[in-house]
Amino acid sequence: MATANVLNCESTATIESNGKNIVIDCKIKNLYYGKFRAVRDSHIPVEQGQITAFIGPSGCGKSTALRCLNRMNDLVRGFRFEGHVHFRGKDIYHRNVDPVAVRRYIGMVFQQPNPFAMSIYNNVAFGLRLNRVKDDIPERVENALRGAALWDEVKDKLKNSGLSLSGGQQQRLCIARAIATEPSVLLMDEPCSALDPIATRRIEELMTELKEKYTIAVVTHNLQQAQRVADKTAFMYVDTTEGARTGYLVEYEDTNQLFADPKEEYTKQYIRGEFS
Amino acid sequence: MAITLEGDVPTDSVASPPSSLDVAGDRTFRGMTYMFSWMTIFLVLYILYEIAGKAAPAVKEYGVGFITGTTWDANRGEFGVFPEIWGTLYSAILALMIGGFFGVSIAIFLTQDFLSPKLELVFKNIVELLAAIPSVVYGLWGIYVVIPAIRPTANWIHEHLGWIPFFETSLSGPGMLPAAMVLSIMVLPTISAVSRDAISSVPHKLKEAAFGLGATRWEAIVGVIIPTSATGIFGALVLGFGRALGETMALAMLVGNSNQVSLSLFSPANTLAALLANNFPEAGKQEEGVLMYAALILMAITLLVNLLGTAIMNRASRRLSGVAR
Repeated sequence: MATANVLNCESTATIESNGKNIVIDCKIKNLYYGKFRAVRDSHIPVEQGQITAFIGPSGCGKSTALRCLNRMNDLVRGFRFEGHVHFRGKDIYHRNVDPVAVRRYIGMVFQQPNPFAMSIYNNVAFGLRLNRVKDDIPERVENALRGAALWDEVKDKLKNSGLSLSGGQQQRLCIARAIATEPSVLLMDEPCSALDPIATRRIEELMTELKEKYTIAVVTHNLQQAQRVADKTAFMYVDTTEGARTGYLVEYEDTNQLFADPKEEYTKQYIRGEFS
Repeated sequence: MAITLEGDVPTDSVASPPSSLDVAGDRTFRGMTYMFSWMTIFLVLYILYEIAGKAAPAVKEYGVGFITGTTWDANRGEFGVFPEIWGTLYSAILALMIGGFFGVSIAIFLTQDFLSPKLELVFKNIVELLAAIPSVVYGLWGIYVVIPAIRPTANWIHEHLGWIPFFETSLSGPGMLPAAMVLSIMVLPTISAVSRDAISSVPHKLKEAAFGLGATRWEAIVGVIIPTSATGIFGALVLGFGRALGETMALAMLVGNSNQVSLSLFSPANTLAALLANNFPEAGKQEEGVLMYAALILMAITLLVNLLGTAIMNRASRRLSGVAR
């Protein structure tokens, strides 16, 4: 796996910018699905040990931008990317890099809880087996479930199907599955949008706990959520001039700063709730 | 008596209850659907009743001995269908093994973005065209193409590996292997179409989950997509097996119509369906009942296979859908 090694070496060559550790430096110049330009001109750095939120109206490309960070977009037919995404200083879009390897270091949690139709235990162990982990699988599964604040609820029924859990539990199971292999970064694509307010609150608490160990990038359409959990916030907007629908980054700031004193007019309008 | 609501509704509202014509139409439609579904059920029962009735004298006369007997001699009035039962199951299992492997592989190939959507459609249609070829054409093709083509290889295998029971006879013409091979092609479209549906109904979000964890395409297919669609794939195999059990014309032409119980792939054999097809033209009064008895056994086998398949599928889907074990 020569390609995997490109990412594997424990590089400390994170980009120093204003004295901050940038784990993923995402610079999207143009991003196309076929002929459709979905995102343009967006530079979003993701800092080590912080939660970076992507907010913006529907269709602004925030999910698309997030999915660039672990090359999930490569699964879409006609996807084309111009720009670069540096992960610990290395371009994950370099032609020698295997997208599969990227996804092993940068995990993902999706909008809809998507546990596999297998036991809770096997769901969490799935990634471990992919990575050919042989030792301590039960311990690792337990740790991942504890990390996702699910252990106490499922420890007596690890053999039950992952689908037997409630929506919020399923989402925490998916988080456990993603963190079992201890990826460097966790991407979360609107992880709470299918959940009720109580389950949402639990996931948010969990995110702030996970931040101790993992760098997180999260897409959310919930402004309060971004304010509650995120350290940095990127606001994206959709450019509809000339019949296009191209998303781009309007403003990237410390969350407090962005919500208290937005610089751009669109940001001001959006956080005042004038459009969504 | 329906309660009328008119009194409580403002007079300027356009809402009105369904007219008596609407109600009558609805009732007629419902009545007709009931009638047609019951007619289907009655038809099945009627066919069963007639066959069982015609078979009754033979059942009385030959009893269980008919199932275990190995001779079929109309002149001496000796009838037994054990070789046919054996041949039916053996040929169907062989066809299922070959056709199942290829059918499921094709289904995976045509659903997992190996090809562009256009090519996928073309391939899918070509595979499904296999189902449009008449059975008798398969039979002819088997006789004039398949048998001559496999004969040298088959006989070479027999010469060198003859000590293995599967190869203990030589292939002199029609036999179990060509029959099973052609049968496997005939069940392939069923298996591939049904398992294709099962595989493509795996939610996209599960595929994403697998790829998001860093699974390769192979790992996603083997680890997530096939296990998730296993129930449907199993259903496809049961359907294919059912088709193979009942297939008649091609087998009557290819299997050799010889009452033998042999493990050898190259030996001629017989199946229940082929037996019926070959014997009904000259059947006298007594033989007619015997054939009906054989038909009854064939129906019992297919019914049993379907019931068993459904039972296993139900169990599997219960296990997968959650709510404890």
